[in-house]
Amino acid sequence: MPLPADTDATTPKYLRDKYAIVGVGETTYTRGSGRTTRALGTWAIRNAMQDAGLKASDVDGMLSYSGNDSTFGPFLAGDLGIRLNFFMDVHGGGSSTEALIGIAIGVIEAGMCKCVAIFRSMNGYSQVRIGGTGARSAAPVNGDQLHSRAYGWQSAGQMFAPTFMRHMYDYGTRPEQVAMVKVVHSEHASNNPKAYYKKRYTVDDVLSSRIICKPLHLLDCCVETDNATCVIVTRADRARDLRHTSPLIRSVVGRCSKPRTDMHYQHGPISRVAGYYAKDILWPNAGLGPEDVDATGAYDAFTFTAMIQLEEYGFCKKGEGGDYVASGITRLGGKRPNNTSGGHLCEAYTHGMNMVIENVRQLRHDVDDSCPVGPDGKRQHTYDYREGGCRQVKDIEVTCNLGWANPMTGSAMVMRRG
Amino acid sequence: MALKGDYLGMALTVDDLDIENLEYFKHCAAHDFHLQQCDDCKKLRYPPTTACPWCTCLTSTWTPVEGKGEVHSYEEVHHAIQPAFKTHTPYLVLLVDLDTQKGQPTPDEALRVVGNLTTPDGKLAPPDAVKQIGIGSRVRMVFTDVSDGLSLPQWTLDEGAKQPEKPWRYPQE
Repeated sequence: MPLPADTDATTPKYLRDKYAIVGVGETTYTRGSGRTTRALGTWAIRNAMQDAGLKASDVDGMLSYSGNDSTFGPFLAGDLGIRLNFFMDVHGGGSSTEALIGIAIGVIEAGMCKCVAIFRSMNGYSQVRIGGTGARSAAPVNGDQLHSRAYGWQSAGQMFAPTFMRHMYDYGTRPEQVAMVKVVHSEHASNNPKAYYKKRYTVDDVLSSRIICKPLHLLDCCVETDNATCVIVTRADRARDLRHTSPLIRSVVGRCSKPRTDMHYQHGPISRVAGYYAKDILWPNAGLGPEDVDATGAYDAFTFTAMIQLEEYGFCKKGEGGDYVASGITRLGGKRPNNTSGGHLCEAYTHGMNMVIENVRQLRHDVDDSCPVGPDGKRQHTYDYREGGCRQVKDIEVTCNLGWANPMTGSAMVMRRG
Repeated sequence: MALKGDYLGMALTVDDLDIENLEYFKHCAAHDFHLQQCDDCKKLRYPPTTACPWCTCLTSTWTPVEGKGEVHSYEEVHHAIQPAFKTHTPYLVLLVDLDTQKGQPTPDEALRVVGNLTTPDGKLAPPDAVKQIGIGSRVRMVFTDVSDGLSLPQWTLDEGAKQPEKPWRYPQE
């Protein structure tokens, strides 16, 4: 394969466009799946293999992430008759998706295997509640945890809230601006038959919902669901033989972090998040900038996390995230839609996978909305974004995913149409 | 020796080998706040760590630090997820910049110490007190005694300090 003219084998630019996401799959998004994470995982991986047109013998690598709330990859591989040349199950939640895609590229590049299925399987509502209630909240508090949990400072919303509050103080960010993240994502979800919540919400709905942890209202927080999700990564030259015109990976950043990862609030400004550092890896390696991106997938565990990341990665000036998300730019039909599936706030909570899956389908120009399917088996998109309508972004060429673990750690990925 | 305590029905423990946290809480139990001071670069650090975040030095000396500062950010929890806190809502979690070493070694750094807003005797503050505090409020450290040898540092309004006319609070109030 001829290398592009700007190839420099000593930098990650060498890998630009050399890897593709060839298959994506998910289970239904539910509360009360009634199945084990093992059963959910095999279902999602099988869907992704069928989506790609891959047989079990074509997949020889597996990666997963969890917080002791899932089943390890070898069980799922065994169930599906996949013989593994490589696998690893890592500890992690949000920000793992893009990081593991980077690891998959690395292990394939190292010759360790050829094709990696990455999955996240979780009963985030019916077993280990992602909001932190239930057994996890009642666990004993030991050692270093005394500096947080002993103060009732434990759930994701509680741990992140000082960043959000200080952002409002530093930049004058208003609650009604941030609420627009939920409003816009709910519009997108209403055009997504898979979404757990399809109802459209207003700014008033968000601001009048009960306070969970100020500044977070109930509707500033994501949904908790049961589901498994999978993406399959392989080399671009192999991807050409498969079912779809697969999106190519321009660059990835994995779990890039602020200083003092032991307790990041020691190092300010605390209204700054990991994207401040990650953007300087993401954009040069992609050879693109925010202005080149047609749609974003900014992790919306909370309305604030999407807003702060968009500004930190340069989609607007730092501090102007409130204006950006309130402007309509992030809406379908706007200049740069964000989370066209409805994201974590509305579609389902998957620790980042559903936003990557959505952008893969967007870049194939074949997003699974309610538009009619034509004789060629492809949807005939109308680009009418009214409720229940289309959610395909017209002529989309480049997407950017912004994964969030917490204010100090994030991952990111730029993809382009294959 | 390990520490154990029951706080609002929640089990708190510090293990035998966790010598940094054992030492930290030993001073808290004496109501005498101490932090590790690096033996090489002399910077203080919070919370306890096993090396100096600025110079990697592995040794430090526990040093008394004045428990006074200013609220850098806060949150007001209305929906507690831990059973221990469900009957105490709304409660405040404060991130407080100590006056000591504030803005060092870089302008946005501080010894930013976590605590709840409490009454001067270390009980979680009542709702009317919660409403008085915001970014910029001056607070002083007090302690909640959990068990013999285990106390938690907490924050209460510093009655002796000059308070901002109107501390910054969440706008939708």
